[in-house]
Amino acid sequence: MATKTTDLATLSTHLKREVTATAEGLQYLTFILAGESYGIDILKVQEIRGWVAVTKVPNAPSFVRGVMNLRGAIVPVIDLRLRFGLESVEYTKTTVVIVVTVRSEQGGRIVGMVVDGVSDVLNINNASEIKDPPDFGTAVNTEFISGLVTIEAGMVMLLDVDRLLSIEEMFAVEAVRTADALHATA
Amino acid sequence: MATILIVDDSASMRQMVEFTLKEAGHQVMVAEDGVMALNLAKGATSDLVITDVNMPNMDGITLIRELRALPAYKFTPILTLTTESTTDKKMEGKDAGATGWIVKPFNPEKLLATVNKVLG
Amino acid sequence: MAIDIGQFVQTFFEESLEGLDIMEAGLLALPPGAADLEQINTIFRAAHSIKGGSGTFGFKEVTDFTHVMETLLDKMREGQMAVTGEAVNNLLESVDCLREMLMAVRQNTDIDSARVGNLQGRLTRLLERNNTTSRTADATGNRGSTAPQPPPPPGGWLINFRPHLDLMHSGNDPVRIFRELATLGDLTVRPDFSRLPRLAEMQPEDCYLAWELELRGAASQEVVTEVFAWVEDDCDLSIEPLADTVAPPPAGATAAEEPGQGELLLERRGGDRRKSDRRGAGTAADSASIRVGIDKVDAVINLVGELVTTQSMLSALGVDFDMDRIDKLHEALDQLDRNTRDLQEHVMRIRMLPISSVFSRFPRMVHDISEKLGKLVELKISGEQTEIDKTVIEKIGDPLVHLVRNSLDHGIEPPAERGGKPATGVITLNAYHKSGSIFIEVGDDGRGLDRDALRRKGLDAGLLRPGEEYSDEQIHELIFHPGLSTAKQISDVSGRGVGMDVVRRNIQDVGGRIQIASQSGWGSKITICLPLTLAILDGQLVSVGHDCYIIPLLSIVESVQIRAEAINRVAGKGEVLRFRGQHLPILRLYEQFGAENAVTNLENGLLVVVEADGRQVGLFVDDLQGQQQISIKSLEKNFRRVAGVAGATILGDGRVGLILDISGLIRVNNAAT
Repeated sequence: MATKTTDLATLSTHLKREVTATAEGLQYLTFILAGESYGIDILKVQEIRGWVAVTKVPNAPSFVRGVMNLRGAIVPVIDLRLRFGLESVEYTKTTVVIVVTVRSEQGGRIVGMVVDGVSDVLNINNASEIKDPPDFGTAVNTEFISGLVTIEAGMVMLLDVDRLLSIEEMFAVEAVRTADALHATA
Repeated sequence: MATILIVDDSASMRQMVEFTLKEAGHQVMVAEDGVMALNLAKGATSDLVITDVNMPNMDGITLIRELRALPAYKFTPILTLTTESTTDKKMEGKDAGATGWIVKPFNPEKLLATVNKVLG
Repeated sequence: MAIDIGQFVQTFFEESLEGLDIMEAGLLALPPGAADLEQINTIFRAAHSIKGGSGTFGFKEVTDFTHVMETLLDKMREGQMAVTGEAVNNLLESVDCLREMLMAVRQNTDIDSARVGNLQGRLTRLLERNNTTSRTADATGNRGSTAPQPPPPPGGWLINFRPHLDLMHSGNDPVRIFRELATLGDLTVRPDFSRLPRLAEMQPEDCYLAWELELRGAASQEVVTEVFAWVEDDCDLSIEPLADTVAPPPAGATAAEEPGQGELLLERRGGDRRKSDRRGAGTAADSASIRVGIDKVDAVINLVGELVTTQSMLSALGVDFDMDRIDKLHEALDQLDRNTRDLQEHVMRIRMLPISSVFSRFPRMVHDISEKLGKLVELKISGEQTEIDKTVIEKIGDPLVHLVRNSLDHGIEPPAERGGKPATGVITLNAYHKSGSIFIEVGDDGRGLDRDALRRKGLDAGLLRPGEEYSDEQIHELIFHPGLSTAKQISDVSGRGVGMDVVRRNIQDVGGRIQIASQSGWGSKITICLPLTLAILDGQLVSVGHDCYIIPLLSIVESVQIRAEAINRVAGKGEVLRFRGQHLPILRLYEQFGAENAVTNLENGLLVVVEADGRQVGLFVDDLQGQQQISIKSLEKNFRRVAGVAGATILGDGRVGLILDISGLIRVNNAAT
């Protein structure tokens, strides 16, 4: 699949301009993960940063890489590949952290997610362009996918970030996984 | 514009009186009780004193007596703030040397009217 | 000029609530029968202020209710009424009621008028019973505002005004009076010089003149008399209708000038405003505020001044810096370091409040509960001026209530069961600062803990091993264990379900420790040790592999190097170190936290001995780093609580460091072994 990876600085300025430009249509930030294209609501995105080492947190699921310092706030960083149960890769120069605001019962949370690279901002002028997600055939659990959009280069899966990055759900998932693993070995 | 000394142990009263008088363009000195007021009065003259009657440390009646003993305050108008609806407190203040009184509760307009009356 | 008095309502609420606390404390300290005049006066003054303020801000229910309280207190003050236990109890209840009324007004909710009416009735009956011999008090305070006024005379008034000689000694001025009269109509002033003495005899401060005044206009007699109200007793005055009649001006033109009507208008306007003001006050109350002494603010301003000086010094140095001036630079940097530290300390001090705000609720509580339980209890409070961080104050209230209730309920015996001790039991509350922490003690001279009963329970619960010897501390420690309460029956005083384990958890949540010392038959003393502030702690940085953790300095006992021969591996207990005559469990932090590249050979690293909840454990780390003050950041805000971690901080290099939760780690270690 043909995808282009834009450099961070360009994208960040692009981001700001685009958001203010069209208030009407829907906008998604698209990024790449294991060759697939995903999109998240641009209003959720706080900033995009290059990967820096984080502080490990004990007794957390493997996809929680640790916590980082975001201007004095302690922010967890989630590896999205691991979150989706995909193979992990070495982090490279294009590895980025997308910092997003997630709604939770405790109010707004700030969470960073590690992706392979960001590509572009996707404008959707008409909500009808968004199709329902399929029940099968995706690498990702469909419960996190809120819709599908077809573009020239292929298909973009739109993610429900509030669900995907819910800390409570992450730990619940981990508990189930651990239990399954125990069951399998037993 | 006049300089007015306000004495009241209640912060809300002080604030209200102070604000009202400042809005009207007066200079204001504020004290929380008689002792503080007397100290202020010894250091500065004022054109008018407005004092509460019931206060800790030194009550308004004693304050008036002490003020009248200061040469600089011999003829200064002194008004008591009194909630007493009976005449006892007003008269106790008068006997000590007060000029007059303002009956609580009062609103800013009434306060200003009385102050203007005294200051002329 | 329209002045919005709503902006002062918040202050009124604050001072009124403070006033109620003063009243409550005063009432509780009143010895029945013997009237302590100064004490009653203080209580009276507080009631009086609330009445005055509520009147000004238009809270009529509050004014009316306080008026009755005030009248009662006034009688007590004047010695016209006895200070009986009944009266004091009724007044105490009234204080509660008034507090609720103020809250209701503040939050714009309904006042429980049934309760108010009931209490007001009881107070009034107390007054009436007292008044059967003395005259009835003037309780209405309304002076004939509704009484029909005599119609104004046809033409005006002839006023004869003869001041006494000393009229001006009260600060009054005849000219002022004339000026005011002139606003009421046409005024003609005729002086009377007949009293004027010879110049040699004249006292410059006396008033020798008299006046005959002619006021033409429609002003009523009451209005004219009102002008002379302040000098009524300082003059001879007669006010009579003018003999020669002139046609009155149209009534409507001057009616508005009548003060009675003018005030009515203003008040109605005030009434409309009040509703929105109250709402405003309600929301303002939600945003937490703190009262700070001016000296503390001044101290901070001074320090900022010093900081600015240092900063300009550094700037000047930086303009054309060369190595010759390196000493100067060091000096300035030292100064900056000092300034920053001082400033930090003083800014934290702004958040400090005296613990009296927590202690003040106990006299009432002890009074009420001991009465209910039929026990005689004296509460001794000391150290209430000890200052403590506002956030800690908010968290410490409930645990302290629980401890005092425990002392009342389970500690102090009924008078008949106190054996050789005085019939009146004593509960002590004390607070003090020691070595960077705050200590709060709750003591009683009651039963004390029943060591044998506790020991039995500990054995039953499998917490103790049969046949083994335990120290008193170890046995007493058991009361903090969930489900181990020695109370024979649950009473309605020391709530159900909530035990000492919850108290301990609450204290630990704010980074504190709790200990108990007790002697059977002679009482118990619980000591709580708290950090000065929640936002900052003194930390020891330790390295484990690539990671860096922070151990609160308060919990460190010492750091030791390990010799292999001192280590035992106990079945089911993990590794222990024979150390100072005891077996110290070893907790390898890198295992606990899954750190990579850490030192694994015990002889190559260090053991940091830490203590919490009366237990010690050795934390195995690679090495010690520096000690520094750490500002605590929440890990939960964006993430969640992590076992064994109390919070996080930003290290000097910008990375995140995790602060260890020592008692959490010890719990985890115990559970594992």
